Amino acid sequence: MKFRSVFDIIGPVMIGPSSSHTAGAARIGRIARTIYGRQPEWAKIYLYGSFAETYKGHGTDVAIIGGLLDYDTFDERIKTAFEDAEKIGFTFEFFPEEEEKEHPNTAKIVVGDKDGVMELTGISIGGGKMEVVELNGFPLRLSGNYPALLVVHQDRAGLIASVANALANKGVNIAHMEVGRKEKGEMALMVIEVDHIIDDEMLSELRVLPHVTEVSTIAE
Amino acid sequence: MEVLFKSVKELVALAESKEKPISEIMIEQEMLITKRSREEIIAQMDHNLTVMEEAVEKGLQGVESTSGLTGGDAVLLQKYMEKGNTLSGNLLLDAVSKAVATNEVNAAMGTICATPTAGAAGIVPGTLFAVKDKLNPTREQMIHYLFTTGAFGFVVANNASISGAAGGCQAETGSAGSMAAAAIVEMAGGTPQQSAEAFSIVMKNMLGLVCDPVAGLVEVPCVKRNAMGAAKALVGADMALAGVVSRIPTDEVIGAMHRIGQSMPSALRETAKGGLAATPTGKALEAKIFGGASVNSDPASL
Repeated sequence: MKFRSVFDIIGPVMIGPSSSHTAGAARIGRIARTIYGRQPEWAKIYLYGSFAETYKGHGTDVAIIGGLLDYDTFDERIKTAFEDAEKIGFTFEFFPEEEEKEHPNTAKIVVGDKDGVMELTGISIGGGKMEVVELNGFPLRLSGNYPALLVVHQDRAGLIASVANALANKGVNIAHMEVGRKEKGEMALMVIEVDHIIDDEMLSELRVLPHVTEVSTIAE
Repeated sequence: MEVLFKSVKELVALAESKEKPISEIMIEQEMLITKRSREEIIAQMDHNLTVMEEAVEKGLQGVESTSGLTGGDAVLLQKYMEKGNTLSGNLLLDAVSKAVATNEVNAAMGTICATPTAGAAGIVPGTLFAVKDKLNPTREQMIHYLFTTGAFGFVVANNASISGAAGGCQAETGSAGSMAAAAIVEMAGGTPQQSAEAFSIVMKNMLGLVCDPVAGLVEVPCVKRNAMGAAKALVGADMALAGVVSRIPTDEVIGAMHRIGQSMPSALRETAKGGLAATPTGKALEAKIFGGASVNSDPASL
């Protein structure tokens, strides 16, 4: 079930005019900012389908930039996101694309600074809800409804079990889990949605597991 | 995920067997799914209700969108009602004007609560604040009204769609009007089954409604579709309370809405390429607002 809470239906409280094109877009921008872990210096945003056709009218562009500035859907500052970005020297460009994606409201966000680049694709599925469908080329499905762990690792037998065991030992319950890889035996990404916020100790334990390259978290 | 109900049939059966209103079943499911306390859940809905109240008040004072396409109609309607010669009655027009007020605030990038979307945000609060004067509900009953709309919306969102880009306007104002009708019935003392009938009656009259916003803005025709959505919700609720039933069961009506949405061409699903958006005036307005050069002006896409 994509919609789990009554507040997915009666909510969110948001700045207008569109739940899918404004609030959902702000949430895609904000989760990109969260996973990136810091304010990016620049962003390139590729819009598809209805996003590409109608983004100006719906304020999709200011909403995504607002999200990348860590503004929530009800934050009045969304309206001045472009000016706010300029003030801190955060530059961005929008590219409406003609290619047809599976979902009509798709945005691909590439963010970066001198230390690294990240690419995230999100879809806005209605009523202000969104899902991340791709991260740095890995297909995945992440709703942002739960705290989540992102584990980048080598594709090796037994690794999923050792991560799951480490969580189980700490009494952390897994709500949803996805594993994606680009090529057999190569780099893979594990996305684990959990019921509790993960503490730093837990993260350190996961980081020292063999074949694990990177661990990051998203709070709810 | 364990839920108490996945269909309207299950929702009504549960309400009947537990002898509880639909709103109560929704609250219980929310507690089950989110593991939050009843107080927390009620408090959050109370906050959403306050946001709705403030949006209606703001809209009734008069707002205007940046494009200049919408704003001020809620004020016109209230002034007209004050003259006392309305044909369709003050309660109905009050709902219409308050739905319009909310959507005018939304179009002006004000703060609203999506119900279930921002484009359809006028109908649920518009009807609620209109029937309030007639039924004199407590604050708690008004909060329950929102949970009832949420219960029906939950079924629609998970079995069909509440997104105009996916299912057209029938998924947005169609869902909102049907959800509101069901909640009006509960507030007026109708049974859970009558709520379901009201939902079906309204949804059947929303089927096929396309999403064709002029210039891609949530203004024309969205504001007026909220107006009529509120009117249909009230009439549908009255019909169900009178004992009128839908020959097609609610879940099958929702299924029909889903299939119709899937077979709608993309030009009529929030791309601003078809319908009213593609009329000569619609295109002229778009050119005026965005300065002509636009990705939306391809006549072949019709």
